[in-house]
Amino acid sequence: MYGLGILKGFGVTALNAFRSPFTVEYPDRRVGLPGLARSAGINPLAFVLKRPKDALKAVLGLAKIPARSQQHSRFRGQDFTWYVERCTGCASCAKLCPLGIIKIVTDPSGRQTQEGEVYDIETFDIDLARCMACGICVEVCPYDALHMGSGFERARYGFPNLLITVDELKKAPKRPSTWFRPQLEERGYHPHKSGQADWRLVGRHERPTAGQLKRNWVDDRAK
Amino acid sequence: MSMRTEPVTVNIGPHHPSTHGVFRLRVTFDGEVIVDVEPVFGYLHRGTEKLAEERTYVQFVTLTDRMDYVASMTNNQGFVLAVEKLAGITPSPRGVWLRMIAAELQRIASHLVGMGFFLQDLGAFATPLMYAMRERERILDLFEMLCGARITNSYMRPGGVFMDAPEDFWPAVNRFLDEMPGYVDEYESLISGNEIVLSRTKGVARVELDALINASISGPMLRAAGLAWDLRKKHPYEFYDRVEFDVPLAQESDNWARYIVRIQEMRESVKIVRQCVQQIEPGPIRPKEVPFLVRPPAGEVYSSIEGPKGELGYYIVSDGSIAPYRCKVRAPSYINLTLLKDMLVGWRVADMIVTFGSIDINMGEVDR
Amino acid sequence: MTSSFLDNAFFRNIYCNLASSDSARCAGGGPFGDGLFPPGWEWFAFLVTAFLTVFVVINGALLGVNAYIWGERRLIGRIQGRPGPNRWGPFGLLTPVADLIKILTKEDIVPAAADRLLFFLAPFLIVVPVLLVFAVVPFGSSSWVADLNIGLLYVLAVLSVESFAPVMAGWGSQNRYAMFGALRAVALLVSYEIPMVLSLLGVLMIAGSLSLVDVVHAQSVPFILVQPLGFLVFFIGTVAEIQRAPFDLAEAESELVGGYHTDYSGIRWGLFQAGEFLATIAGAAIIVTVFLGGWRGPDFLPSHAWFFIKLTGVLVVMTWIRGTLPRLRIDQVTSFAWKGLLPLAALNVVLSALLSLIWPAPTNGELWIMVAINMTVAAAALIVLGQFGPKAGERPTPAPVSTLREATPGGGN
Repeated sequence: MYGLGILKGFGVTALNAFRSPFTVEYPDRRVGLPGLARSAGINPLAFVLKRPKDALKAVLGLAKIPARSQQHSRFRGQDFTWYVERCTGCASCAKLCPLGIIKIVTDPSGRQTQEGEVYDIETFDIDLARCMACGICVEVCPYDALHMGSGFERARYGFPNLLITVDELKKAPKRPSTWFRPQLEERGYHPHKSGQADWRLVGRHERPTAGQLKRNWVDDRAK
Repeated sequence: MSMRTEPVTVNIGPHHPSTHGVFRLRVTFDGEVIVDVEPVFGYLHRGTEKLAEERTYVQFVTLTDRMDYVASMTNNQGFVLAVEKLAGITPSPRGVWLRMIAAELQRIASHLVGMGFFLQDLGAFATPLMYAMRERERILDLFEMLCGARITNSYMRPGGVFMDAPEDFWPAVNRFLDEMPGYVDEYESLISGNEIVLSRTKGVARVELDALINASISGPMLRAAGLAWDLRKKHPYEFYDRVEFDVPLAQESDNWARYIVRIQEMRESVKIVRQCVQQIEPGPIRPKEVPFLVRPPAGEVYSSIEGPKGELGYYIVSDGSIAPYRCKVRAPSYINLTLLKDMLVGWRVADMIVTFGSIDINMGEVDR
Repeated sequence: MTSSFLDNAFFRNIYCNLASSDSARCAGGGPFGDGLFPPGWEWFAFLVTAFLTVFVVINGALLGVNAYIWGERRLIGRIQGRPGPNRWGPFGLLTPVADLIKILTKEDIVPAAADRLLFFLAPFLIVVPVLLVFAVVPFGSSSWVADLNIGLLYVLAVLSVESFAPVMAGWGSQNRYAMFGALRAVALLVSYEIPMVLSLLGVLMIAGSLSLVDVVHAQSVPFILVQPLGFLVFFIGTVAEIQRAPFDLAEAESELVGGYHTDYSGIRWGLFQAGEFLATIAGAAIIVTVFLGGWRGPDFLPSHAWFFIKLTGVLVVMTWIRGTLPRLRIDQVTSFAWKGLLPLAALNVVLSALLSLIWPAPTNGELWIMVAINMTVAAAALIVLGQFGPKAGERPTPAPVSTLREATPGGGN
């Protein structure tokens, strides 16, 4: 009969009205008293006795707790993690960037000694305004020096402020994404849960021991 | 008594809520009835094909994402398959399975967006759209696990994919596959039986099969006219000959048929992903000998896949260097628009918007 | 003499304190002895009290709009799996206020080609008639601004005036989208006014009066049971008349951008929105009054509370409809009115006339007999119409293209 399909649709929407929302609130979300007490780690009754003012706010629907979306450890963020100790200034990343937004200037002055080399990287500019986070620079880095970051809060006023300079890269917190870094993934590293990662931890290869070097370069050749 | 009337010309778009981007239609109306339609596009032209000539093959994968930005995975797949055919690369089996999983999930996501905006164009105040987005978000979460990005994935490389799926991907994708048919049932009970939707879409904007074939239209639009043309069946690429699935068909070739074909294809895609997950075997995801800078021999190739919106083809001419000499994209959205005038003339304003939604175009791909 | 707001104890007290010399209305003087004004100034006291009443009702209605905007957005949010507005104030209750501040600070853009008089007048014309509707709605057992003896006729007349606003806005803004919206609004009005009026005839025959107060008094059994067909037609007609989904063709966002208010901005746009929501509340209030028993209800709650509970219920249903249904097309909307609602309304009129011929002044028991008869006929009519009426998939053929092409200057293309 005409109209039955419409009634069925009303059933679906009514059912969905009683489900909890699936959207994620960001950067904070409103909670009631139970939610606030849970975020403080105590039961609601004790919470009312301890912090009556906050409890009143929660009942009135005014209490907020910080919220952020759950992202996977592979999440390609809007920033980069760069290890100056690992970088040799080979500029593979700059060459293979599809948009050519990486600018590297090296100086053989030797003021800053890299591992095995004496390059000083004076400029390592990444123009985030044009970056499309494809990650090819990370993919081609032969020394695991450049990693995708895991941040997503890099909105700035004006394009010049989006330029990441070498100083900013050096100072930035080292929370590399595990994207294209299987060695990090094998260890179960998560940028937001595991904290910062030292440059010694992020390499794909361990430094060869003296025994390995001797075996590779001396013993094999002696055969 | 006769009243003197005259037709009125209205610009629909490029800034219109339901032109799916920046599409412009110069429409001549006689009252509410459409007399003439003149599509105008190019507002989102970014010169992707020209950009390909200055980029290496892998670099261009990142730009294919930006063409049909609701179906990046299939765009990647089409280009990567063309490069493999051109350079004679045999992909790793595990990479192929992963590509198929990603592409079929993307097909579901793309059809969800198509269905959601189709209903939005019908005026359903965003409710079906929000339900569609709910499931699409879960697919995007799966993509985030695979490749760290949600929309612009750049997941595939000549020879396979760039990274294996993480451990937590497999339980997540299985959970999604278990729940997805239930969600499709939910859409169907909300929409498919609704008399308003039926009366708004059935019989509207019919096109004959001959006209569709003559205009080289492909994808769900063609299958809604009753022709079982699916490149996954007709010219099996990847491992589509190792999975079992049906090609959903409808006979009416109207807006309703195009909608219902998409709904059915979502169910089929769920089946395909499930078989891929069962058949995937451990191994390398990409042959070691394939270099990062692919350097195919001089020559030309046309390779096409069945994208969510139709036949997505890449025609690449190589001069033996690391960048294509010419790269032409056969974008299904663009070609599916060719019959717009024939479909719309004689119908009303409201039908125009709905028909537009039922073609399921993406302006990023139309203008490239 | 018809009763007025002075039937309400609160406003009568105010009046009698001002003019206790009016012995006709204030027998035994006001609560505080002599009135404030000397004898002969009763007209002024009446004016002051009337002004106070209107002030309370209009502001109550506007507050109701704010509450309803919040409620509708919350409910539709939950239907769509979102939380809805929740940022401003507790549970997002201050969101409409924030919206209002935003709207007030926006630039008021007037298109260069606009017909300025019509353009400026239209937003007011959409708000004022709806506010007039609230004059005759009985909110409680003795709370109303005026008890007109032609109340229902007045409501229909005033609500029709509201439909002039889209036409004025559409013509005035010299925009083709707006013109489309305006013409659609007229088509809706013409189609739905007739079934709506016919559906009220049955109520009139049973209640025996056009006064809304008398209609409520006549409902010892709510008229939704006595007049199921009338209720159905009137409900659909009201939703169409106030242009809410699925009949929101006049402003159809996905087709006409904003319909008749495409070119409006700032507070003028806000007035259109307020007018739309006010009309929804007014329509729901009329439905409650005429079909759901108005303020009548069991005694454990005051009569005002019953009225507002029923009003909220109707508004929730309207919101639910908006969150579920897609929009109809203009020819379907009109053909639904003429082929679907008009026969039902006509059937209802004939049936009610027959029944009120048998029972001219129905008692409670006779009303229940009417309920049984009407329900049976309504069910039968709906089933029959469901078979023979507009079926799913029945489609008009597209207009012949060749003749249309000839109409194009220059032969088309």
